[in-house]
Amino acid sequence: MNELVFFVNKVLIAGSVIGSIYALGAVGVTLVFGILRFAHFAHGDLMTVGAFAALIAAGGLHAFDVSTPLPAGFVALPAAMAATALFAIGVDRLFYRPLRNLGARPIVLVMASIGVTLMLQGLVRLFAGTAPRNFFTVERKDIFRIDLPFELASRPIIVTEPQVLLVLVTAAAVVALHYFLTRSRLGKAMRAMSDNADLARISGIDTELVARATWIIAGGLAAAGGALLSLDVTLKPDLSFSLLLPIFAAAIVGGVGQPYGAIAGGFLVGFVETLSVFNWSVLLRPLAPMLPETFEVPAKLAFVPPEYKIVVPFFILVAVLVWRPTGIFRGRVL
Amino acid sequence: MDRLPGAHAILPRGVVLKRLATRELTLLAGFVVAVGLIQAWLGLAYTLRMLVEASCYALLALGLGVQWGYGGQFNVGVMGFVALGGFASVLLSYPVNEDFLDSGGPAGLARVGLYAVLGAAAVFAISRLHHIGVPRGVRTTATIAAALVVYLIVTTALDPVAAEIELKAGFIGGLGLPAWTGWLAGGVLAGLVAWPIGRICLGLRSDYLAIATLGIAEIIKAFLKNADWLTRGTLTVSPLPWPVPVPDEIGFVWARAGYLCLTATMVVVIYVLLQGAYAAPWGRMMRSIRDNEISAAAMGKDVNRRRLEIFVFGSIIIGIGGAAMVSFVRIFDPAGFLPQHYTFLVWVMVILGGSGNNLGAIAGALLVYIVWTLSEPAALFLFDGARELGGAWFGWEAPSDLQSRALQVRVFVIGLTITLILRFAPRGILPERTPKHE
Repeated sequence: MNELVFFVNKVLIAGSVIGSIYALGAVGVTLVFGILRFAHFAHGDLMTVGAFAALIAAGGLHAFDVSTPLPAGFVALPAAMAATALFAIGVDRLFYRPLRNLGARPIVLVMASIGVTLMLQGLVRLFAGTAPRNFFTVERKDIFRIDLPFELASRPIIVTEPQVLLVLVTAAAVVALHYFLTRSRLGKAMRAMSDNADLARISGIDTELVARATWIIAGGLAAAGGALLSLDVTLKPDLSFSLLLPIFAAAIVGGVGQPYGAIAGGFLVGFVETLSVFNWSVLLRPLAPMLPETFEVPAKLAFVPPEYKIVVPFFILVAVLVWRPTGIFRGRVL
Repeated sequence: MDRLPGAHAILPRGVVLKRLATRELTLLAGFVVAVGLIQAWLGLAYTLRMLVEASCYALLALGLGVQWGYGGQFNVGVMGFVALGGFASVLLSYPVNEDFLDSGGPAGLARVGLYAVLGAAAVFAISRLHHIGVPRGVRTTATIAAALVVYLIVTTALDPVAAEIELKAGFIGGLGLPAWTGWLAGGVLAGLVAWPIGRICLGLRSDYLAIATLGIAEIIKAFLKNADWLTRGTLTVSPLPWPVPVPDEIGFVWARAGYLCLTATMVVVIYVLLQGAYAAPWGRMMRSIRDNEISAAAMGKDVNRRRLEIFVFGSIIIGIGGAAMVSFVRIFDPAGFLPQHYTFLVWVMVILGGSGNNLGAIAGALLVYIVWTLSEPAALFLFDGARELGGAWFGWEAPSDLQSRALQVRVFVIGLTITLILRFAPRGILPERTPKHE
């Protein structure tokens, strides 16, 4: 039984945590890809910016000795999301909108977003250095140990408070996004723009308003993802590049322009990643007596060593591009 | 078309003087003055090193310029192809490692290779099962399952062999061939890796190519960094051989001058060939595909095949340039490949120099590289000044890692330059000039 508990801890919990992060990022990427029609490479850096915004806001709460029942970084999350949304709109104003208005090709916008990535990375490292930062310097990180009511399971299932909050926030974001996109006028305009930009424009939809709404959602969710990831582990200033590939893979697996697809894709990529680095020998070892004599269970039987984890989203991406470029939710192929 | 295509491109008649009289000459003069100043200030050996590195960057810029300027392809994985070029250099031209030959390594590797070949054959056979009436769904599932099993068998077989090689011999060493073979192999290896990537992504919009190349570059780096038995990983391999006499034999200045002659010749040769190709029907076809894919397809051009051709071709040039660059440093350090230095710096060179203009790519490479080398002392100087002033005026306690942070400002400047060029000078300093056919 302990092996199963280990599996739950290492795969189910870790997978849903990292899957939620990817999902939060991928929703923004897929919206920008679908509505503004370019692959936004600076999305990982929006997540870093959001995490720093949360860190600063949490520091503010600590400075005024505000004690909160939940972690300060979480209480500060709405402020961080708002700040990052504003930041995203500002970046769009300065760097993307002028190019859009010039009628630049989409690939030029992709290049501009890479320029923005480099600028943000430079700024973050200039002001914050490269050392990881911890949200829990003042307060304690609550860790829940759930003991199982079975005889054989002596090990508990371990979940931390930020992990629970992360999954809850992701679920809330999914529901809110669903209602926004299907019920509100602006949400419908966004979907119309994503389906057919020209048609949306001639039917009188304010494209700039839609672009702004896209950046607010993308920035807000990116901030939530970045801040909650940093609450769960630590804030690594250089986390953006490692997040970029899984997030793009998730958005493309789900189908470009399909927010629900992006969420499904995020969890898919997250679980495949944790399943690939999981050491399957742990589960095989108890079965050893049942297996034939000649088959010896190796000490380590993982599909991918942890240092090659980046291969996993890449293979998912390649597989999708080869077999079903529209993604599982039948998005667009641009 | 009575003239030989391409012949008039290298020397476009009648416009030679008009062409040379303008920006190119100004740039050349500026370049000569800058090099002269640097030589007077920092010495000949330093200047030669800078020029060699700049000419290697010019090779990379030419390769990327083919992909972007001729084909409109957005390759964000230059770093990966540079690393592959360096790796091929190590593999072919590093001296033979006797310890490796004496250990059980070669036999072990041969066994693993045999497993891999047999496994691949088995997977291929299973993937063909639908020809004998197996339903496609079953075939696909069986193929994936078989591929996973083969993969696990091969990796589990490789692990002990790799561990043994690392223990007894360090790493597998090279083949001890002349250095130039390694450079050629670098090009071939880069082309071989580029082929499947292009095959998958080039039918789709360039965004997908950008994402995929970004990924493959990181994977190549992760592989070279962690496969200690193959590359010594973070322990690095040095000294790499040169195709010309090394500094230990004839001193820094002469050795570097020799190397510079070699790389500069390569730049010139590749430039001349590219100019010829650009004005030839092949180049015209490539431009037509880049500028209007639908009309090119309507004229009967196989758009995806041509794109693949150009992507692989550009990657080969990048691979050769990468091999030249890594060999020059004489140390192969997989962890030292940073996308800022190898991918984005080259991008700045290409778009600043002028997309679609090979001379522009070379000019951009020289200009940007000179600015880049000088920016390091400049950034340190500025930040030391800031530390002094901040400390004196505001009692600012500078962080201890201020120097490394100061160098990060250069990353910011690369990003800013990219966005500014795209917005205000999208055609670069030497804009593309298409040959006129009267």
